Amino acid sequence: MASLRCFLRSGKVFVVPCDICIINSILLLQVTVRDALNQAMDEELERDERVFLLGEEVAQYDGAYKVSRGLWKKYGDKRIIDTPITEMGFAGIAVGAAMAGLRPICEFMTFNFSMQAIDQVINSAAKTYYMSAGLQSVPIVFRGPNGASAGVAAQHSQCFAAWYGHCPGLKVVSPWSAEDARGLLKSAIRDDNPVVFLENELMYGVPFEMSEEVQSKDFLIPIGKAKIERQGTHITLVSHSRMVSLCLDAAAVLAKEGIECEVINMRTIRPLDAEAIETSIMKTNHLVTVEGGWPQFGIGAEILARIMEGPAFNYLDSPAVRVTGVDIPMPYAKILEDNSVPQIKDIIFSIKKTLNV
Amino acid sequence: MRKMLTIISNVLRGSASRNGARVVVSARTYADFTPQASFDIKKCDVHKLEEGPPLQAVLTREEGLQYYRTMQTIRRMELKADQLYKQKIIRGFCHLYDGQEACAVGIEAGINLSDHLITAYRAHGYTLTRGGTVREIMAELTGRRGGIAKGKGGSMHMYTKHFYGGNGIVGAQVPLGAGVALACKYLGKNELCVCLYGDGAANQGQIFETYNMASLWKLPCIFICENNKYGMGTSVERAAASTDYYKRGDFIPGLRVDGMDVLCVREATKLAAEHCRSGKGPILMELQTYRYHGHSMSDPGISYRTRDEIQEVRSKSDPISMLKDRMLSNNMASVEELKEIDVEVRKEIEDAAQFATTDPEPPLDDLCNHIFYNDPPMEVRGTNPWTKLKSIS
Repeated sequence: MASLRCFLRSGKVFVVPCDICIINSILLLQVTVRDALNQAMDEELERDERVFLLGEEVAQYDGAYKVSRGLWKKYGDKRIIDTPITEMGFAGIAVGAAMAGLRPICEFMTFNFSMQAIDQVINSAAKTYYMSAGLQSVPIVFRGPNGASAGVAAQHSQCFAAWYGHCPGLKVVSPWSAEDARGLLKSAIRDDNPVVFLENELMYGVPFEMSEEVQSKDFLIPIGKAKIERQGTHITLVSHSRMVSLCLDAAAVLAKEGIECEVINMRTIRPLDAEAIETSIMKTNHLVTVEGGWPQFGIGAEILARIMEGPAFNYLDSPAVRVTGVDIPMPYAKILEDNSVPQIKDIIFSIKKTLNV
Repeated sequence: MRKMLTIISNVLRGSASRNGARVVVSARTYADFTPQASFDIKKCDVHKLEEGPPLQAVLTREEGLQYYRTMQTIRRMELKADQLYKQKIIRGFCHLYDGQEACAVGIEAGINLSDHLITAYRAHGYTLTRGGTVREIMAELTGRRGGIAKGKGGSMHMYTKHFYGGNGIVGAQVPLGAGVALACKYLGKNELCVCLYGDGAANQGQIFETYNMASLWKLPCIFICENNKYGMGTSVERAAASTDYYKRGDFIPGLRVDGMDVLCVREATKLAAEHCRSGKGPILMELQTYRYHGHSMSDPGISYRTRDEIQEVRSKSDPISMLKDRMLSNNMASVEELKEIDVEVRKEIEDAAQFATTDPEPPLDDLCNHIFYNDPPMEVRGTNPWTKLKSIS
């Protein structure tokens, strides 16, 4: 059950069910990523009748990860549709519905299962506007948890950011915070193009502060713009999704040693906000990228290549490096799994090597 | 009296064609031609259906002339494409539809333009019946800016209103079609979606996934298997454990239709459309048809079937000949009238081919356009870091 901690001016803290908390003046809520996604979908379903959600267990089960909790009760069978376990089929159906004028949100229980449907995402959704020279648009959102989780082993832990980020015709978004989740999902749903929305299961339960502005029904985060989560001067850290948390934690540790890291939250994988990264490098002269996915042909690889090719290269005082997941299928045992993804110490180590300290 | 009328009609018709004007000349009075006639059509095998379509179809003179013209247009357009391909003016994939004309024309006769249709890559005929012009179809094949997709799609990616292509991945169009049907039901406009696939695609898993969902959710979807006996070079017997494609929908009612007879196709489509519109859910039609060409222009089409077989179908079951014989033997049209339509069609094809070979290729400025819809202009990386290309919606 989602609950939120309300902070009163008096300093008292109490816990209430999320939907009925009322505070006197400063409406600063703590909202989990899950609830942010839920509210975003709820508001967009209400705003536009053509929006609907389909996927496995999204309706009567309230969502495999409870992201769509309450939506079926509110909107019914027509708009919240439980599908059989047939990804290729229902993804294709979602794309066809988008072609014919609806605005589907197609949920993959995890993006690992999207591989079964990837032909529909790429060949039917992403490429169609181009192939038809503008005659046929596909306003669809594919969303679901992406990347490593906890103890789910190799077939359920792959990160698809690089795969989808490779393809023209797609927008690929990777939110980190609740604010990201809310603003980017709303933008994705309102976007007239296919958007791959990569969530993270481990982030669903994490609460973030959400200002009044962010809570407004038309709060949108533009797709394609990164955000500087932490200002810094010595090194630029670029990351997306859960790894942003680790970067901030690493930055907090290093701050005590006098190293100020600038942490950039990419927010969008494609189109990549290279300009934000370049501007930062021109200030800090050092770059480390951090991602959960595999190194080869990954997000970091692309960022480094672009920096090499662009104006920021001349500002680098040392080679840019990537911190990535280990180049292996994800193992099961906790000790092995923990050592298969970047940890805070790995980030700190790479930063210090880059800064030669 | 009759002789006088004939003389007058010949004079009138002669002058009309000399002016070059495309006048619909029914110089012979309507009293001369049979306005409509009833024809026997083959009985359709049915699966989980009470009744198939009626065993007789009524054809009016106007309908007959229109079906004839459209089928002939498709036929000649495809033959012209064959020619242009051999001259290397068309390149890449080119999957020709000649032999199967009765399917496209019969289906369209059973639905409305406000309905929806999606098919696979053998799509030129459907692009025409769904509202495309020969000019823009041919110019798309030759990759010119006047093409229906501005030269960016090619043979397999042509679109018009309520026609979703033109799809290159075998079987992928079937879930898409069911999605269109879902939108039809959702928006409540009493429209349906015709969703076509071939005998080769019929074994695709995603089609069975689609049967399941379409049936569960009672989507207004007519699944149509165009069985032309060969999936590329593989005959149906070598590809399918069950070649009763009309039964493969299992819980979905089905019918097997003579796909060489435009009237049979039309009547079956009407029955199927009625089924869908009455909210009963999807239905499946198998059209038994034949393609004269190979799978595509790179397939001569005679390594896996005999020339005799092709010739036999041509002489005994050609859809255009069948319609022509029916109309002539029932005095629904004259030989001259049909010949005139042939001449007009030939001219239309020639004009289109002329356009398709002389229209310029798309401008290089267009290279990166149409990536996203309704988006501000953006930059696209060229082949090297210094090349930044412009992309607009």
